[in-house]
Amino acid sequence: MSDLQPVASRTAPPLVRAPARTSASEVRMETVEVSAMYGKFTAVKEVSLRFAANRVHALIGPSGCGKSTFLRALNRMHELSEHGWITGRVLLDGQDIYGSRVNAMQLRRRVGMVFQRPTPFPTMSIYDNVAAGLRVHGRHRRAELDTVVEQSLQQAALWDEVKERLRASAMTLSGGQQQRLCIARTVAPSPDVVLLDEPTASLDPQSTQRIEELLFELKRDYTIVIVTHNMQQAARVSDTTSFFYMGTMVESGPTRQIFTTPADEQTEAYITGRFG
Amino acid sequence: MNHRGLRRGVSNLMVGLVTGVVLVALLPLAFILVNLALQGAGSLSLDFFTRTPAPAGESGGGVVHAIVGTLIIVGAASAIGLPVGLAAGIYCAEYPASRLTWTTRFVADVLNGTPSIVVGVFAWAWIVATQRHFSALAGSAALAILMIPMVLRTTEEMIKLVPSSLREAALALGYPRWRTSLSIVVRTTLPGIVTGSLLAVARIAGETAPLLFTALGSQYLSFRPDQPMAALPLTVFTYATGPYEEWHRYAWASALVLILVVLVLSVGARLAIRRRFDFHG
Ligand SMILES: Nc1ncnc2c1ncn2[C@@H]1O[C@H](COP(=O)(O)OP(=O)(O)OP(=O)(O)O)[C@@H](O)[C@H]1O
Ligand SMILES: [Mg+2]
Repeated sequence: MSDLQPVASRTAPPLVRAPARTSASEVRMETVEVSAMYGKFTAVKEVSLRFAANRVHALIGPSGCGKSTFLRALNRMHELSEHGWITGRVLLDGQDIYGSRVNAMQLRRRVGMVFQRPTPFPTMSIYDNVAAGLRVHGRHRRAELDTVVEQSLQQAALWDEVKERLRASAMTLSGGQQQRLCIARTVAPSPDVVLLDEPTASLDPQSTQRIEELLFELKRDYTIVIVTHNMQQAARVSDTTSFFYMGTMVESGPTRQIFTTPADEQTEAYITGRFG
Repeated sequence: MNHRGLRRGVSNLMVGLVTGVVLVALLPLAFILVNLALQGAGSLSLDFFTRTPAPAGESGGGVVHAIVGTLIIVGAASAIGLPVGLAAGIYCAEYPASRLTWTTRFVADVLNGTPSIVVGVFAWAWIVATQRHFSALAGSAALAILMIPMVLRTTEEMIKLVPSSLREAALALGYPRWRTSLSIVVRTTLPGIVTGSLLAVARIAGETAPLLFTALGSQYLSFRPDQPMAALPLTVFTYATGPYEEWHRYAWASALVLILVVLVLSVGARLAIRRRFDFHG
């Protein structure tokens, strides 16, 4: 467990984040032949992928091909689904997150997740929403919370819109603002990896654009894995792209390559819109 | 006749029907309230709220003993029934697949359908008969048993209404399961749970049958839970079936007071909740 505990310096983040903690080519997260099952049904088959630090990784593929299931295996949310189980290994900084000594709650602090629909906690204020992930891990000092809340809202490009009403209910925000609030809430505990499952699918074009711009900012600090149905979005925001089809990972590589010279016929058919 | 007109006509007809049905549903309630007020208000006086009954045959006196008795009996019943019902309801909503949940739900549904007098007999057999005397506590126990399944089922249903995405968001943030359940899920639906609990309190406050052979009733002001105690529903019953004209008027007034007590309880608790948990709309 000890390796997954946050190191001491990260419990009090500086106002300005230190530049990327790792060199760009370093592998932050790696899956080794990960299969994810619902009971007897195998939704994801033996997927091996590497996610380099400070990069945006896009997962694309037709509906039902297992993108969300795979994503949820990366922060141990899959095991909470009914009859959900998994084989293979998921390594975070070289350590298996399914190891017997790993605490899933601590792990999810290091691997945050943003969902398709905005999910602010309706009974909490804007401030409390952002602070929730810190408080639940025992960080209550007011000055520290103030700092992290401001910094996280700034990272999520929401600070200017809400700084006058941090005490207002999160439900007073628009859908796009709520999604950015969820991003702020996710980055507040300083995760290493941020998983986003179709984060713009329920948003208008302008909010979508804001969040896409945000990803460029966020990848300076985090490793990002994003599921998207929008080909243009994947092409715009990601550095690497992996194409999933019927539970298997068909092809993976630099985004430019996947979109210009895919090696696999199915990949080409999908990105040119012939199916999916 | 164009489609727009037809649609609007059908729409108006439906709105009219629904309004009519709502009125039919509200009519008996309005009738009861107006009737109670007309028949009972005349007998209300300061004495009625502050004094115990005059000896049989004499006029004057009040029902303070029954007001206090109802508050004590219902209070004790709620102190047992609410926590048990809430905890069991939360358990059933959290572990819908467990066998214990299935059993609990089954027992709750059976209890919900059990006539209250049967529960009273049960409390009599187990508490009154073994202790060899009537007691307020036996009444509270009977009411608590009636209350638990009501609170349990409304709590469970309310929690099930919370979208699972909210639960997932908390878990993904590193919330432990019990905290997800209490400070996110239950917290979100708390106003509904409180309303359901208040309805249960109001329901048992009016129960008469289970008190007849447990708390029994009394003519005196008493604070001892191990002794027989008066309660408003019992007072209504005694006065309404008594031989004197004045008693009948007191029965109406007691019924009115019972309704008022329930009203004050639920409105008060709701205001308290609203102030404590400001939802900003
Ligand atoms: N809770 C569940 N229980 C059983 N099967 C499930 C469950 N969730 C998903 N599945 C199945 O697993 C497969 C993969 O689903 P998943 O949600 O991962 O697909 P996806 O690629 O995210 O699709 P979409 O693009 O529509 O979100 C599908 O066949 C789906 O029916
Ligand atoms: Mg999905």
